[in-house]
Amino acid sequence: MKEESLWYIFINASLINNFVLAYFLGICPFLGVSGKMETASKMGGAVTFVMLISSMCAYGIHAFLEAINAPFLQLISFIVVIASTVQLVEMFIRKMSPTLFRALGIFLPLITTNCAILGLALFQTSKGYGFIESIVYASGAGAGFTLALVLIAGLREKLDFADVPNVVKGTALTLLIAGILSLSFMGFAGLGG
Amino acid sequence: MSDTGKDKKGFFESLNQGPPTDEFIKGLWRDNPVFVQVLGMCPVLAVSNTAMNALAMGLATAFVLLMSNILVSSLRNFIPKQVRIASYILIIATFVTITDYAIQAISVDLHKALGAFISLIVVNCLILSRAEAFASKNTIGKSIMDALGMGVGFTFALLCLGAVREVFGNGTIFNFPVFPDGFQNWIVMILPAGGFFTLAIWLLIFNIAKERKAASS
Repeated sequence: MKEESLWYIFINASLINNFVLAYFLGICPFLGVSGKMETASKMGGAVTFVMLISSMCAYGIHAFLEAINAPFLQLISFIVVIASTVQLVEMFIRKMSPTLFRALGIFLPLITTNCAILGLALFQTSKGYGFIESIVYASGAGAGFTLALVLIAGLREKLDFADVPNVVKGTALTLLIAGILSLSFMGFAGLGG
Repeated sequence: MSDTGKDKKGFFESLNQGPPTDEFIKGLWRDNPVFVQVLGMCPVLAVSNTAMNALAMGLATAFVLLMSNILVSSLRNFIPKQVRIASYILIIATFVTITDYAIQAISVDLHKALGAFISLIVVNCLILSRAEAFASKNTIGKSIMDALGMGVGFTFALLCLGAVREVFGNGTIFNFPVFPDGFQNWIVMILPAGGFFTLAIWLLIFNIAKERKAASS
């Protein structure tokens, strides 16, 4: 793992192996809240924040569970930590910005069941990242998630004014755009070096 | 099924208030978790690059869904309302851990192919939504039927995607070749983008079918 520079970890998580477009993690909020640019970017911010915190916690938990020799508890402890972090963020947003709270609606508590966050915790553990590497990995993943969400939101805002057949409207159209975006993101594959 | 008094209503209406088999059938088709409700997309797209992976993932999810539905339904009178979501997630996580270790014991290759996505069954929206929307309000028998229907529907949808992607992307189905020599594999179908495209096309087919039905009635 020593050969991987921090910069490479960041680029890898955000562009080359983008969580949404290459790993298919976090598709639910991706399809759900990507209708408007503003909501999308704030959702991205909230998810990035939860990712950072839960990645740090996951590192600690993993070390602790290794020490007491109980790796089978890993999944359960991860999900509990993520759920509590999301609860915290939810209370924070409700206090700070009630408008945003309403805009995110049901998708805020659903961050708990956002695969991207649990996936991040699991991937960083299986890759054996250290503390600093984990944080960089989490911020890269968060940036990538936000980028994908904002890109899709921008495209969908434009498509609202386009004349598409009725059958295609909705999820099918969003998935088609996502497919094309995913193809174009493959162009980043050479960046890692 | 006796049809006394029901013959005036339509066939589907009689199904609506009908026997527990209805809970089973609705998951298969009318409320298919993937094509109609669009739930649990992450594993659907990620592991459906071959038919075998798709089948294994579908069965694993169906097992977790069944077990968690049974437990949630039998504990529905004991779990306080305020902490119900957390309790459901704990129940689900327990069964997922069991499944994870079971798959590792059965086939190491399969475990490697599915990777982190077995653990990610925990956050499959489908399972939590069935626990919250159905199992927490219904009897054990009904919940079992519901879980079986949804599980089979989910596996069916995964197979639909996996089969299409494997046939075009690899020229095989369940590792048996289907095309004559000289067939150029469509690499794009195996890549992530292919997952998006295949699902989009299936959704389109469903939409068209729905529209036809609405137009004819």
